[in-house]
Amino acid sequence: MANKLAEALKKIEPKHGTLAHTAFDAFFTFAFVPNETTKPSGVQIRDGMDLKRLMVHVVIALQLCYLFGTYNIGHQHFVALGQHTGFMEGFDVKLIYGLVKLLPIWIVAHVVGLGVEFYYAWKKGHAVEEGYLVTGALIPLIMPPDLPLWILALSIIFAVVIGKEAFGGTGMNVLNIALLARVFIFFAYPTTISGDEVWVAGFDNAATAGATADYGWFITDVINPMFGSFGWNTFREGAMIADGWTGATPLGLAAKGGWDAVTNVYTQSQMFWGAIPGSIGESSKPFIIFGMIFLIVTKVADYRIIFSGIIGCIIMGMLLNVWGANPFMEVHWANHLIMGSFLFAITFMATDPVSAASTATGKWIYGFGIGAIGLIIRVLNPAYPEGWMLSILFMNVFAPLIDYYVLDANISRRMKRARATVKA
Amino acid sequence: MELFNIFIKSAFIDNLVLSYFLGMCSYLAVSKSVKTAFGLGMAVIFVLGITMPINWLINEFLLKDTGIFGTDLTFLRFILFIAVIASMVQLVEMVVEKVSPALYNALGIFLPLITVNCAILGGSLFMVSREYTFGESVSFGLGGGFGWFLAIIAIAAIREKIRYSDVPPALRGLGMAFILTGLMGIAFMSLMGIDPGSY
Repeated sequence: MANKLAEALKKIEPKHGTLAHTAFDAFFTFAFVPNETTKPSGVQIRDGMDLKRLMVHVVIALQLCYLFGTYNIGHQHFVALGQHTGFMEGFDVKLIYGLVKLLPIWIVAHVVGLGVEFYYAWKKGHAVEEGYLVTGALIPLIMPPDLPLWILALSIIFAVVIGKEAFGGTGMNVLNIALLARVFIFFAYPTTISGDEVWVAGFDNAATAGATADYGWFITDVINPMFGSFGWNTFREGAMIADGWTGATPLGLAAKGGWDAVTNVYTQSQMFWGAIPGSIGESSKPFIIFGMIFLIVTKVADYRIIFSGIIGCIIMGMLLNVWGANPFMEVHWANHLIMGSFLFAITFMATDPVSAASTATGKWIYGFGIGAIGLIIRVLNPAYPEGWMLSILFMNVFAPLIDYYVLDANISRRMKRARATVKA
Repeated sequence: MELFNIFIKSAFIDNLVLSYFLGMCSYLAVSKSVKTAFGLGMAVIFVLGITMPINWLINEFLLKDTGIFGTDLTFLRFILFIAVIASMVQLVEMVVEKVSPALYNALGIFLPLITVNCAILGGSLFMVSREYTFGESVSFGLGGGFGWFLAIIAIAAIREKIRYSDVPPALRGLGMAFILTGLMGIAFMSLMGIDPGSY
């Protein structure tokens, strides 16, 4: 059946060297696994772990973050309005609101990124590589929910063209593509991605008193009548933001007043489970830990980077606790693990096998550096609220150097051993 | 503690290459392999670390109107600083030629060209405009040199790695080096804004 379908599709295959052929080839290899196998004698590859399967593992590991992130967009919106403040209340409106916000971001991330990939594959005359799938799955999760879509598109074009295609495509980039897209927005359009009010969707300017919820035609003309006819909750156009709501993230509060200021607003379990404002996919720690275990068990992510990153963060946290020059430094090291995006970054960003160090010893150093430098940026740098994006990019730059010296040490150690054997 | 802060600040936060874009010519030209980049980086650390205090002494005791001549001779600053730098570079060149002829050949023209490496003269002029004391100028020289050294060996390692990448023909070599420098500048912006003196 599938064979016949494949043959039928092969008949309409466009001519080689056209953009249509590039696109056809990409979707064809997606849908159909090649069925040629090697002859059952001689040396065999036991497990054909190709790039596509490797990438799909990461996408699977991200699904729970997507699920929670979608719901949390809606939840944060209604918490700001003071409606349905319980986590499970108003389940229907929160979920649909999250989808309305997340889907355009997801679609733009994939259409723009894959468009650039297709263009370059066509121009350079090779098959479309799957590298963008993970980047496209990661990018929506690290953005604020109300990001203007043209900024998102611009940042993805920058990251894919300058960060990846200039270096020769999938597997050649030096910096992490998803983070390069985010850092582009961070420095070029800082007001859309930092501050207290960008982490909640649906308000023109959440910082001013009396800001009202601003729904598009899709919600007022399509969703509201539909939900009304089902007898479900509906959206109230022009609802005012709740009194006393600030939208400050735990990190923003901790930078101002230390751990006490955080616990005044959020409980520890709230931060652990993730019902807090933040980038779309980074808030829920249990689901990220699930993804971490999944990636470690399937050996897609290297456990060395994850463990040494956590160790680096803990040791630096302890050192800062001992130093204790201001309230932010006195935040207990364990609490740093559940604030902000540390776990998400160390699980999904730092372990990118292309931009990380590739030697085993190098991975320990690389991960430790990310953990330590990220916490330094988070606590000591007043200019940035969070440090993992920048610390991972910083260590990406030094990863080839770490590899170089690890290899160098290895070579000289073996040379010494060889010389000793020759003498003896 | 103040000296340590200046070292950290000049090496990482106000990196001469990646935040002031000084010393680009040799940075771009000699960063093709880590070994030669390491040698040049060491030479720059040495030259910066030596010329900075010497220039400080010259500026303080000869050029200023409080110095031994009693008149304001600061218009001679550029020429005297360059002279000191040139003689120091000559010294380094002789030492490198004697100690490591291989490195001497690999560095080629770029070793004497440290003289006109803007990072070195720029460092001396920063020292004057920021009104450092003698100790601070030593620490600034060593820190600035270390930052330059770090930047050049990092880009050299990346360039060794991307030698095996399928870089578009138009960008091979210098084009890629420029893009890399920009991306490294973004990564180094992570530390910008930290003020070690405030803790």
